[in-house]
Amino acid sequence: MPEVLKAPLVVEFPFTRSLGPVQSAFLTGLRERVVLGVRTTDGRTLVPPVEYDPVTADELRDLVEVAPTGTVTTWAWNHAPRRGQPLDTPFAWVLVRLDGADTALLHALDVPGPDAVRTGARVRIRWAAERSGAITDIACFEPYDGEPVRPGGSTGEFADPVTGIVAAARLDYTYTPGRAQTAYLDALAEHRAVGERCPSCRKVYVPPRGACPTCGVATTERVEVGPGGTVTTFCIVNIKAKNLDIEVPYVYAHIALDGADLALHGRIGGIPYDQVRMGLRVEPVWTPGARHPDHYRPTGEPDADYDTYKELL
Amino acid sequence: MSKEPVAVVGIGQTKHVAARRDVSVAGLVREAACRALDDAELTWADIDAVVIGKAPDFFEGVMMPELYLADALGAVGKPMLRVHTAGSVGGSTALVAAGLVAARVHGTVLTLAFEKQSESNAMWGLSLPIPFQQPLLAGAGGFFAPHVRAYMRRSGAPDTVGSLVAYKDRRNALKNPYAHLHEHDITLEKVQASPMLWDPIRYSETCPSSDGACAMILTDRAGAARAPRPPAWMLGGAMRSEPTLFAGKDAVSPQAGRDCAADVYRQAGIADPRREIDAVEMYVPFSWYEPMWLENLGFADEGEGWKLTESGVTELDGDLPVNMSGGVLSTNPIGASGMIRFAEAALQARGQAGEHQVERAGKVLGHAYGGGSQFFSMWLVGARPPES
Repeated sequence: MPEVLKAPLVVEFPFTRSLGPVQSAFLTGLRERVVLGVRTTDGRTLVPPVEYDPVTADELRDLVEVAPTGTVTTWAWNHAPRRGQPLDTPFAWVLVRLDGADTALLHALDVPGPDAVRTGARVRIRWAAERSGAITDIACFEPYDGEPVRPGGSTGEFADPVTGIVAAARLDYTYTPGRAQTAYLDALAEHRAVGERCPSCRKVYVPPRGACPTCGVATTERVEVGPGGTVTTFCIVNIKAKNLDIEVPYVYAHIALDGADLALHGRIGGIPYDQVRMGLRVEPVWTPGARHPDHYRPTGEPDADYDTYKELL
Repeated sequence: MSKEPVAVVGIGQTKHVAARRDVSVAGLVREAACRALDDAELTWADIDAVVIGKAPDFFEGVMMPELYLADALGAVGKPMLRVHTAGSVGGSTALVAAGLVAARVHGTVLTLAFEKQSESNAMWGLSLPIPFQQPLLAGAGGFFAPHVRAYMRRSGAPDTVGSLVAYKDRRNALKNPYAHLHEHDITLEKVQASPMLWDPIRYSETCPSSDGACAMILTDRAGAARAPRPPAWMLGGAMRSEPTLFAGKDAVSPQAGRDCAADVYRQAGIADPRREIDAVEMYVPFSWYEPMWLENLGFADEGEGWKLTESGVTELDGDLPVNMSGGVLSTNPIGASGMIRFAEAALQARGQAGEHQVERAGKVLGHAYGGGSQFFSMWLVGARPPES
């Protein structure tokens, strides 16, 4: 079996978050070196604060300041910090119950090794030098052996509150297109379109998927199709899509390659966009180094009769 | 043992807008849920289970949002389910909730669907740069526009029909205070003059991108008897799916859509949907899908759907009003859009639709679809309980 292709796939996006009143106050507070909790109906103080009572479902808005000092309630040693974590040297993940709070906050504790952390240890916040209204305004926690610090009396009213944040997310995958797609791509490198036929319904899929989506059986019989095909339907794209370097207007078409039972999608060129029509006969145009045809152009053959492709729209 | 009849006794929506920057996702869903509870005159304690739906997690980038939303929806200590079937999810979420009542698993269920499209970019979420694959060359409208052209070829519909749908839906939206788009100066000429984005689809014939949530309280006979306002009764409900792309797929009138409708009509004893159903809220993200779905849902013969639109049958005062609320063309918080169709159908059956209420709403169909015409969900609701 030939080697199956694989490549990195990075999925990343700067998601925005509208914070709502409670998270807005909490994050703005961090910017001002103030930690806020929220008082529940039964008098407990939750830190970090939440908008709705996890027990009664009541709306919670009664914000109270808690101390920047607290007690470790449990911990785990992180011996190999990863990108984006609070510290780049080994540290302890800790749950810290700040003085005045009834629940614990997750953060990092900067200590030299696991022997230097224990449940019950006293810690305090180490504030980041530059703060913007984010959980990272707390750089980390550090050991503390002084007196408990009395919290201030903030109730969450701040000038210029933070109302939204950007939460950049990134996922790193290793993507493999699998056996069938790999064989298809290998053939494309020789400018041939090779699909697979379903042993049950006899339909030819290009690109192949390794299985027939209607019969649910593996497909293995290779079938070369094309290179010519028929435009079965299309649209004229008049707006420029992001990250696509194609001049508008252009035609985006469904193209049934000769011998295939499902149309694939491609751009039509070599003809004015307003002269493209259903039934137009086309062939692929390759550019050096490209994995896929750059576009399809008219072959000059007479148009296909509608009845020959009406099932392939 | 027969199924328990399912009644809709509470409906709540947010005012749908482009960006709700004043609330978190939790605040958004809470608003719709509280309005539904208020409508039913119930409290969190009356709810036995919560069924929530939304479109792909990439649309906000909150993985498994149902976990974080449990507090806001009073779900702690109760069963909570999350449903996902792409754009049809609002419909299928309601049907999962309805199934729990019909099966007598729970007496009263809160069901809710939402999307906060402003937190991400749905087009990005749907077109990840998969290695080795040719990138999608055309955007969301470009994916659907060739199917519209195929419909026009098959039906011989004149190219004016798409604008008529958009003009109608945007005018209907003016009567719905919750609709996103309120284009007070809309004219047919303006729709017709709007730019062709993906020929044959014009800008004005596409849906907006919205932040919004929709909630319903579903309950059993006992719950309906206690309801302060007339309930809507579920007369039939079904879901069907099929692959996005397969040899033989009819993208213009998908088999799964036809089968789904047939199942609903069988349950409800509907022999002639055109005569027996009074109004329809259907999922029309691009205007041409109105005539396409009219055929797919059996309201018109193949190739004839556009004639209903063109002759005014689907207008608010027509014989078969379609998308009285303004539809997806006026409001599209994707995950919620299907539930809004279901809820608007129920509002009509309850006689609670306000300015966009139709006179005759004894039986109203709610319809949703999603993916590349991959998932379908529908329910028929009526003013009277099902005959058992």
